[in-house]
Amino acid sequence: MGKHQLTQMGIIKKVIRRIGRYRILMLLSLLLATTVVAITLYIPILAGKAIDCIITQGAVDFNTLISLLIRIGILAGEAAILQWIMNTVNNHITYNVVRDVRNEAFSRIQILPLSFLDRNPTGEILNRITTDADQFADGLLMGFTQLFTGIATIIGTLLFMLSVNWKIAIVVVVLTPLSLFVAKFIASKTYHFFLKQSKVRAEQTAFIDEMITGAKTVTAFSREDETLEKFDEINERLEKCSLKATFFSSLTNPTTRFINSTIYAAVALTGAFAASGLGIFGVGAVFTVGQLSSLLAYANQYTKPFNEISGVITELQNAIACAGRLFELIEQEPQPKEADTAVSLTDISGNIDIKDVAFSYTPDRPLISGLSLNVKPGQRIAIVGPTGCGKTTFINLLMRFYDVCDGSITLEGHDIRNITRKSLRLGFGMVLQDTWLRAGTIKDNIKLAKSDATDEEVIEAAKSAHAHSFIKRLPNGYDTLISEDGGSLSQGQKQLLCIARIMLCMPPMLILDEATSSIDTRTEIRIQKAFLKLLKGRTSFIVAHRLSTIREADIILVMRDGNIVEQGNNQELLQKNGFYATLYNSQFANQE
Amino acid sequence: MKRLLSYIKEYRKECILGPVFKMLEALLELFVPLVVASIIDNGIGRKSTEHIIWMCIVLVLFGIVGLCFSLTAQYFAAKAAVGFTAKLKHKLFSRIINLSYTELDRAGASTLITRMTADMNQIQTGINLALRLLLRSPFVVFGAMIMAFTVDVKAALIFVVAIPVLAIVVFGIMLICIPLYKKVQTRLESVVSRTRENLTGVRVLRAFCKENQEIESFNAETDNLALAQRLVGRISALMNPITYIIVNLAIIWLIYTGAIRVYTGLITQGAVVALYNYMSQILVELIKLADLIINITKSIASGKRVFAALDLPEGQEIIKSDVMSTDSLVEFRDVSLKYSGAGDYSLEHISFKAKAGQTIGIIGGTGSGKSSLINLIPRFYDASEGSVLFNGLDVRSYNPEKLREQIGVVPQKAILFKGTIADNLRFGNENATDEELFEALETAQGKEFVCAREKGLESEVEQGGKNLSGGQRQRLTIARALVKKPNVLILDDSTSALDFATDAALRAALRSLSWKPTVFIVSQRTASIMHADIILVMDDGVVVASGTHDELLENCEIYREIYDSQYERQGE
Repeated sequence: MGKHQLTQMGIIKKVIRRIGRYRILMLLSLLLATTVVAITLYIPILAGKAIDCIITQGAVDFNTLISLLIRIGILAGEAAILQWIMNTVNNHITYNVVRDVRNEAFSRIQILPLSFLDRNPTGEILNRITTDADQFADGLLMGFTQLFTGIATIIGTLLFMLSVNWKIAIVVVVLTPLSLFVAKFIASKTYHFFLKQSKVRAEQTAFIDEMITGAKTVTAFSREDETLEKFDEINERLEKCSLKATFFSSLTNPTTRFINSTIYAAVALTGAFAASGLGIFGVGAVFTVGQLSSLLAYANQYTKPFNEISGVITELQNAIACAGRLFELIEQEPQPKEADTAVSLTDISGNIDIKDVAFSYTPDRPLISGLSLNVKPGQRIAIVGPTGCGKTTFINLLMRFYDVCDGSITLEGHDIRNITRKSLRLGFGMVLQDTWLRAGTIKDNIKLAKSDATDEEVIEAAKSAHAHSFIKRLPNGYDTLISEDGGSLSQGQKQLLCIARIMLCMPPMLILDEATSSIDTRTEIRIQKAFLKLLKGRTSFIVAHRLSTIREADIILVMRDGNIVEQGNNQELLQKNGFYATLYNSQFANQE
Repeated sequence: MKRLLSYIKEYRKECILGPVFKMLEALLELFVPLVVASIIDNGIGRKSTEHIIWMCIVLVLFGIVGLCFSLTAQYFAAKAAVGFTAKLKHKLFSRIINLSYTELDRAGASTLITRMTADMNQIQTGINLALRLLLRSPFVVFGAMIMAFTVDVKAALIFVVAIPVLAIVVFGIMLICIPLYKKVQTRLESVVSRTRENLTGVRVLRAFCKENQEIESFNAETDNLALAQRLVGRISALMNPITYIIVNLAIIWLIYTGAIRVYTGLITQGAVVALYNYMSQILVELIKLADLIINITKSIASGKRVFAALDLPEGQEIIKSDVMSTDSLVEFRDVSLKYSGAGDYSLEHISFKAKAGQTIGIIGGTGSGKSSLINLIPRFYDASEGSVLFNGLDVRSYNPEKLREQIGVVPQKAILFKGTIADNLRFGNENATDEELFEALETAQGKEFVCAREKGLESEVEQGGKNLSGGQRQRLTIARALVKKPNVLILDDSTSALDFATDAALRAALRSLSWKPTVFIVSQRTASIMHADIILVMDDGVVVASGTHDELLENCEIYREIYDSQYERQGE
């Protein structure tokens, strides 16, 4: 996707900035973690004291014992409640942060230039917002719940060990970095594997997205086996990457555990020497067997969080890799910002001036050059030409989905780059050949153009678009739910719905890109009458193949290979006997 | 769960060896206290430096052996989890691409995509963790209980009470959470479909300046998701604290019982310490288990969703049918069609015959059932009543693949796949030579623009053909169907983006195809179908008239109206 690779540190900084909003909750979580750890470390001490009350037959201090046991009960209850609150707080932070990041990514998509969205497969962008965000959430959650308690436990135990015997405790402290060093070493290696896994996974998602979307075509061509084969190829690659990432990340835990058992052995060794009076450290005889056993117990407790933390670290690696991909999306260069001086046009009459426009999607393949055109209010412009001649590109430029590379387009005397996108786009009613409907009711889909429209207005619009009669026949009429992309509606019905949208919002200018290509001609003529009524005195651009539509246009632009080769009305162009005349005659020839 | 096991069979070795090595490692851990005891008793007690050193070496050895066991376990677990998920993905993907059109319409792309991606990832994590830890924890818990019995039977009974209570809590929370996690996944699905819709409809949405509203409704979806996540989070977060209280209550009870038994001289102080240690060990294991259970619960919820998708009926049933005498290649006998879930019939009592080599034109208003009709020929949908015959046999009696091999379909919506132009064209016939591809392109009027591209046939096509214009896409889909050299060619209004000159040239080229296919042309334009041998005029799901152009002009008012609407004004 983007060129710039974010460094791990850079990503972590960005994550922290996003967590910042919840810093009070974070502090609370830290506080709770410390309290919970303190209590959980203190309870064994109380239990030890309780056991000290039980000396031997007939010698049990029941009074002290019972009061100690009651204290254990109360503390355990407190710890449990605090721990639950802590978990809840952590959940709250995590899920909210992920929600925020998702929202941020989605908001960014809304302002990304179309060129970016056209270039990147839908599935890949989808993968970032869903899977990557999820993995990021999981890593973050584990990080919160375990990292805090882990660190607090380590510090707590360390303090206790120091209080029992500081010299042996130092042995532990000296050996500790070894564990961290190994964990870090493995983590940095694993990050690479996670990154690779993430990449292949994105590739797979893109493939899944493409094939599931095109599943009907796959069936029609009996390509199930070949498609599956191709899927398997990616799947196998992912399996390999995944195995590596999973296995290497799981190395951390056993390895640090091994180092911890070495530390344990070291404590046992020095402790035993000290207790037996053979101390090379000169610990002295004050060191008892009981103290050794509690020291060993704590050494054990001390090393356990290290395992957890290193587990967290690998989980965080993955989370960071995923977060990185999310941030890459979030930090994509957005479309040029609107200038403060951008005007919001309210009264559009449809005066458009196109001057020497040049445009290309890729610099090395120029598409449109030297395009000039003056459109007066109310004129109807038809754009004709062979397929692939740049008609759709022309519309991309008018709507400012893409910016011109050279020259300018002005509306009402303002360069469209100096008009707010909103007022420019709302000035046009656009119906494209590629219909797009969203999952929802028919009514919702029509109301897309005007969300506060009343039911009457919706029905009125549907009637003008001649969609009312087929909508009426659907199981639930206007409240019929349609699935993504219209489900079982025919292409023509979908186009009628898209036209109904435009009928509802009545924009001052109109762009129809093969908008009626799948609608039968009888209906089309009726729709056109409605359009004509609607657009009286308004400017419209129509891409069409039916010359009957085109003939009545005020200006016909004849395009070929990205250039306007001829321009004029039907009469003039026919007299010219050029490219248009050839096209016209080929249509005419059809009638014979 | 049972289904899961049947799928995991292939990894039986890994699934057994993984946990076994993990348990061996746990066993070593259980021995460590014994070694320490030996250091205390024999080393310190007898002041034997040698013994202390030896025992510490044993501890280190335990560490090394434990490391090896653990690594082996991790490897097997990772292998089984990753491999199993890959197999499951393969299985589900193969199921999805074999779904019938009806099921595809019903399921919708987004949910299938989430199941193939997010749910699968969760399953992989779940299995990996389960293999590593699921057996270990109960092993340690029950191990501790058995050890307790060896110390003192009466005190060990506390374990017998505490462990089932813990089990109830753990599994109870798990059971409550599974449906809640399912809800989370469903909400996640909504987020996915919102995003997908936004991406596919970006032009329309921006044209209507819906960006802000889109953000708002997306935020509402993510809010909903976060709400569901927090709810389930709050409940699953209960696990650790509750088990913590239970274990501590058990400890209190244990120490108190121990105190009484020591007082009466039945056991020693050391035994109480041992019992206490075993209970603590259970606590440590339970903490580990809680995290694991949360993950497994999520995975079970995901697994259920995946299996639900796997349960979608695959493909279509093949029925037996006798050869019915027919002199036509394609015949409709009183066919009616009602889509599942639809209120009304889309096609009613359709009957007609098409002989080999004929051209059949189908014309009619928007939503009159033209596409529904031709979708029945390759059996994309099944007729609700009546039968569609191909070569005298009911289409339902063919192997769908064999049937579709003979039929080339060019759908309304020109869908192309990522790859080169040649890849896309070879979709129907892997072995087509470049000449054959050019031949098909020439017929489809696409040779010129393909050759104009720098890399010709090897030019890249982006997903969905984004980098091609509508007309170019249509011509490629036509060529794609032609490369198959099908007996029946169906053009479902697939020239709508072509200009008239190209359209006319295309039809002329189709007429002169060497293998003389039977051609069905669905169109809005009379020009496209006027030369057909038979023209079916459809209106509201019914064939209102059929015949040749001239006959229809004479007899069919609807046809005449359509024709006039296209030509009257040009007759001036």
